[in-house]
Amino acid sequence: MKIFLARRLAQSLLVLLGVSFIVFFILYLTGDPALVLLPPDSSEEDVQKFRQAMGFNDPFIVQYGRFLVGALHGDFGQSVRHGEPAFSLVVERMPATFQLSGAALLVALGLAIPAGIVSAVRRNTMLDYISTVVALLGQSMPTFWLGIMLILVFSVQFNLLPSSGRGTLEHLILPAITLGLFTTARITRLTRSGMLEVLSQDYIRTARAKGVSDPPVVWKHALKNAAIPIVTIVGIELGTLLGGSVITETIFAWPGVGRLSVQAIYNRDYPVVQAAVFLLSSTFVLVNVVVDVVYTYLDPRIRLR
Amino acid sequence: MSVPLSARTMDLAEARSPARREWAVFARRLARRRTALFGLVVVTLVIVSALGASWLSPYDPIEQNITNRLRAPGSLDAAGRAHLFGTDHLGRDLLARMIFGARPALMVGFAAVAISGLLGMAVGLISGYFGGAIDDVFMRLADIQLAFPFILLAIAVIGVLGPSLPVIIVVIGVSSWVVYARVVRGAVLSLREREFVQAAHALGSRDGRVLVRHILPNAFTPWLVVATLDMARVIVIESALSFLGLGVQPPTPTWGGMLADGRVYISTAWWLATFPGLAILVTVLGINLFGDGLRDTLDPRLKL
Repeated sequence: MKIFLARRLAQSLLVLLGVSFIVFFILYLTGDPALVLLPPDSSEEDVQKFRQAMGFNDPFIVQYGRFLVGALHGDFGQSVRHGEPAFSLVVERMPATFQLSGAALLVALGLAIPAGIVSAVRRNTMLDYISTVVALLGQSMPTFWLGIMLILVFSVQFNLLPSSGRGTLEHLILPAITLGLFTTARITRLTRSGMLEVLSQDYIRTARAKGVSDPPVVWKHALKNAAIPIVTIVGIELGTLLGGSVITETIFAWPGVGRLSVQAIYNRDYPVVQAAVFLLSSTFVLVNVVVDVVYTYLDPRIRLR
Repeated sequence: MSVPLSARTMDLAEARSPARREWAVFARRLARRRTALFGLVVVTLVIVSALGASWLSPYDPIEQNITNRLRAPGSLDAAGRAHLFGTDHLGRDLLARMIFGARPALMVGFAAVAISGLLGMAVGLISGYFGGAIDDVFMRLADIQLAFPFILLAIAVIGVLGPSLPVIIVVIGVSSWVVYARVVRGAVLSLREREFVQAAHALGSRDGRVLVRHILPNAFTPWLVVATLDMARVIVIESALSFLGLGVQPPTPTWGGMLADGRVYISTAWWLATFPGLAILVTVLGINLFGDGLRDTLDPRLKL
C-alpha cells in the first residue's frame, strides 16, 4: 500500500511539473510579455527596463526555472488588473468554485445513481426508456444553453430563483443543476450499464437462488460491485466540473475561479490566468490521487498490480 | 431472363471484393437500429444545410435592418416577409443565421477531429506496439493533458493568440488526442499478441509494415467510434468558445455567438437564445445517436 501511494504521488508530481511547464508556456506564447504586462502607452525605454527587471531577456529555461520556483512558493506575480498577488486572488475565489462543483456533484450523484439503478433493475420498461432518453438529452445539451433556459423559465418567467450572484442556497440551485447535468447523464448511463453487467453475474444468481429477496440483492450485492467504475468516473468528472465551472460561473455571475479567469483573459491579466489554471489543475490531480486510494479499498486487486 | 443475370453479377461482385460485402452487411445491421438511422438523418440534414446554406437560406444572414429588430417568430416584417424564427436585435433573420451557423460548427468539428484523431492514432499505435519507455512518456503526457481543465486551457491559448478559425481548430485538435491514443493503444496491446501478427513477424515483415497493414485496420473500428462521439464534444466546445466571444468572429454567424447575443435580450426576446441552442442540441444529439449505434453495431462490448 505504501509503495502504491508513493508511486502514485511521484506520478502526480511529474504531472504537476508538466502542467507548470504548459502554464508557463502560455505566457511565453504571447511573444513579448513585457508588451502585454505593461500599459500600452509605455515608452520604449520603460519596456526595456521592465524586460531587464523581470528577466524576460534570459534564456527560456532560466525563465521557466524562475517561474517554477515562484509557483512552488505560491508566487505567480502581481495581478496586472488588481495590483494584488495573483495567487491570493485565485485562492480567495476557490471556496466559491468548490461549493458550486460540490453541489453539482451532489445533484449528479443524487439523480444519477437512483436513475441508473432503476433503469437497470426495471430494464426495458417505461421508466428505463424515460431515464435513457433524459440521459441522452443531458449528454447532448450544451451547458450554457441549459443555464440560459433555466434563467428564462425560473428567473424571468416565474421569478422563483435568482439568476446571478452567490449568497443564499437559492443562488446555488440553478448553477448547480446547470453544471451537474452533463455529469448526471454520464453517471446515469454508467450506473445502468454497470448494474446490468453485475446483475448477470453468477454470484447474483447464487444469492437469488439462496432466496435472498430483491432489495438486498440490488443494494448489498450488486451496487457494491457496480460502485467501482462509478468511483473512478467521479474523479474524472470532477475535472469536467472544475472546467465546466468556467462557463457556468460566467452565465450566473458566480464569483469563483472560472469567472475570474475568463475576466483575466479578457483583461490580458496573465499572472492570474496562470495561477488559476495551475491551481485548478493541481486540485484535479490531488482529487484523483484520493480517488485512487479509495479505489484500492473498494477493489483490493488493484493494489497488486 | 434478367433475374438470373443480375443474380450472377452480384455473385461476381461479391467474389471480387469481400471487403465491400462486409461493409454492406455492416450497413444493413446499422440501418436496422432506428435510433442510429435517425441520428444519421439529422447529421446529414445539418451537413446539407451547411453546404447549401446560400441556396437554402431564405435571407442574407448578415443583412441588418433596424426597423425589423426583435420580431417574434412567425411574424411578418414591414415588407411583408415572413420570419419563421423571428429576427434578432439587428433585424437579421434568425433562421438564416442558424443555417449559416452550421458552417463554423461543422468545419471546426471535422478539422479538429481529423487533427486529434490522427495524432491519437499515431501515439496509440506507437505506444501500444513498442511499449517500454516510449509508452511511459506518452502515457505521462496523456495524464498531464487530462489534468487540465480543457476549456480553460483553450480559452487561455486562444485569448493569447487571438481567435481565428485556424487557431481554434489547432487548439482543440492538439489537446484532444488522449482519448484516441488510449483506445488505439488498448486495441494494439491485444492485437500484437494475436496469431496473424506473430505470423507476419515470422514471415519477416518489418515493424512499420506490421503496424500499417495488420494492426491499423483492426484498430480502426474503436477509433471510428471515438471520432464520431468526439465530434459531438468538439461542436459543443466550438459553441462554448463562440459563446465566450473567443470563437469565429462576427459578422460570421455562429450558434454560440447567437446565444451570447440572445442572452442579453432574455427578458424581452426569448427566441433569440432558444433556437440557436436547439440547433446545437439537435446536431449533437444526432451525432451521439449515430455514434452509439455505430459502437453497438461494431462491437457491443466496447465501453467508450
